[in-house]
Amino acid sequence: MAARAIWKGKLKLGSTTVPVNLYSGVIDKTVHFHILEERTESRVKQHMVNPATNEEVPNDEIQKGYEIEPGTFVILKAEELEKLQPKPSRDIEITRFVPGEHISSLWYDRPYYLGPDGDQEAYFALVDALASKETEGIARWVMRGKEYVGALRAQGDYLMLVALRHADEVILAEDLPAPAGRALDKKEIDMARQLVGLLEGEFDPTDFKDEYRERVMEFIEMKAKGKKPRLQLVKSKAGTSSLDAALSKSIAALKKKKEKAAA
Amino acid sequence: MRPLWSGTITFGLVSVPVDMYPANRSDRTSLRMLSPDGVPLNRRYYSEQSGRELEDDQMVRGYEFEDGKYVVVTDEELEKLAPDRSRDIDLRRFVDDQAIPPIYFERGYYLTPGSSSEKGYRLLAKAMEDSGRMGIGTFVMHGKEYLVAITAENGILRAQTLRFADEIRSPADVGLPKKKKPQKAIVTKFEKLITARSAKQLSTQELKDDQTDRVLKLVKSKHSRGKDIVQTEEQSSDDGNVVDIMDVLKKSLAKS
Repeated sequence: MAARAIWKGKLKLGSTTVPVNLYSGVIDKTVHFHILEERTESRVKQHMVNPATNEEVPNDEIQKGYEIEPGTFVILKAEELEKLQPKPSRDIEITRFVPGEHISSLWYDRPYYLGPDGDQEAYFALVDALASKETEGIARWVMRGKEYVGALRAQGDYLMLVALRHADEVILAEDLPAPAGRALDKKEIDMARQLVGLLEGEFDPTDFKDEYRERVMEFIEMKAKGKKPRLQLVKSKAGTSSLDAALSKSIAALKKKKEKAAA
Repeated sequence: MRPLWSGTITFGLVSVPVDMYPANRSDRTSLRMLSPDGVPLNRRYYSEQSGRELEDDQMVRGYEFEDGKYVVVTDEELEKLAPDRSRDIDLRRFVDDQAIPPIYFERGYYLTPGSSSEKGYRLLAKAMEDSGRMGIGTFVMHGKEYLVAITAENGILRAQTLRFADEIRSPADVGLPKKKKPQKAIVTKFEKLITARSAKQLSTQELKDDQTDRVLKLVKSKHSRGKDIVQTEEQSSDDGNVVDIMDVLKKSLAKS
């Protein structure tokens, strides 16, 4: 079954536009729980309460405040916040193109597919142009009262718009101090590199399954049938005491495995 | 601030204990709810049946398996359901650091050296950074399993959670139309538009958050004019806008 578009917009490069539909690129598979009252196993109600008076404050009387110093709030009125909202628009403005490898994965937020909305020729021409130039567009748009920045890229035959985090939301490694210590042993560095090399492979996401989610769901199903499954606790590990020995043992074990596989 | 998670990275037979902290700052303009006279409000829970207020130990977590019917699941049970070795991030495979499409990336975390693991930490970071590889593994945090890519940059390890394959939609799932080959002339026109707007690097200026800046500007302006300011004795329940994760990270990277 085809997905429904969550938004419609127009990609804009100067005066050239490409109409698109926007679709979520992901599916939420999180196991969602509700808060229950233990005694009755029924749902609970939530209220916002003034701790000074222990009285509930109804929604239309709640104010919003920004804590500028501990204990000091600047109140922002609803009409003030309203005025700061971006103007609604259908434009996805592409201002700049940069080589894809310059966009750090730390910026990536939610991914969206873009599909053609009418003009398919222009849509697929833009896909081919992005792919041949090996570049990504930096996009800005307003969706549901929120300003977004994103990366427009060719993903296979289609356009993808990956929402990016804003500059001051992300802490970059270049702004942090690297852990320091005595110089590393050259032999150990070589062995660590060799070990990384032996474990090298392709990225195949289907090799990894969310086993925990499956186990939680199985457990819930058994409990729903009135069964009580037995559980065991797992323990955590300590650090390796001799790096040298652990590295050489690992390399030997992996080499042996590879030889066996080749034989 | 305590680490979000503490555990062990293993590769081969080598284990490196690490602490995990967020690589993102929380929303700069998270606003608190206040009473009409400016007291910060607390969220409280009440029984739907008796209307009485409930304390934390009177509430449990329930999964709705049929309409209105719940299975109660305790923290202890979730803990015990964690797969074997879940406190380890076992790097079973190393891949090229450009090999993972952006659609998989969810969130970033920095890893800092755990107890007496500083040497193993630096060794792993160096080997990965030199070879341009990411290590792939899984681990469990706060009742959820995560697929992660571990990378090293500037001698610092970080974990980026990835979506599992079944959390990703394909173009076919979305129902995108089959590609039709566009006319060469139109492709060329787009290539020219791209070239005219190309830059070598991404400037963080492009990622500025104007919306948040506008809110903060208003906050500062009202604060300096002394307009709509309230003071409270009430202890804020969270760290609000006050703790900077950057300071926390700098401290825990330097402590080794």
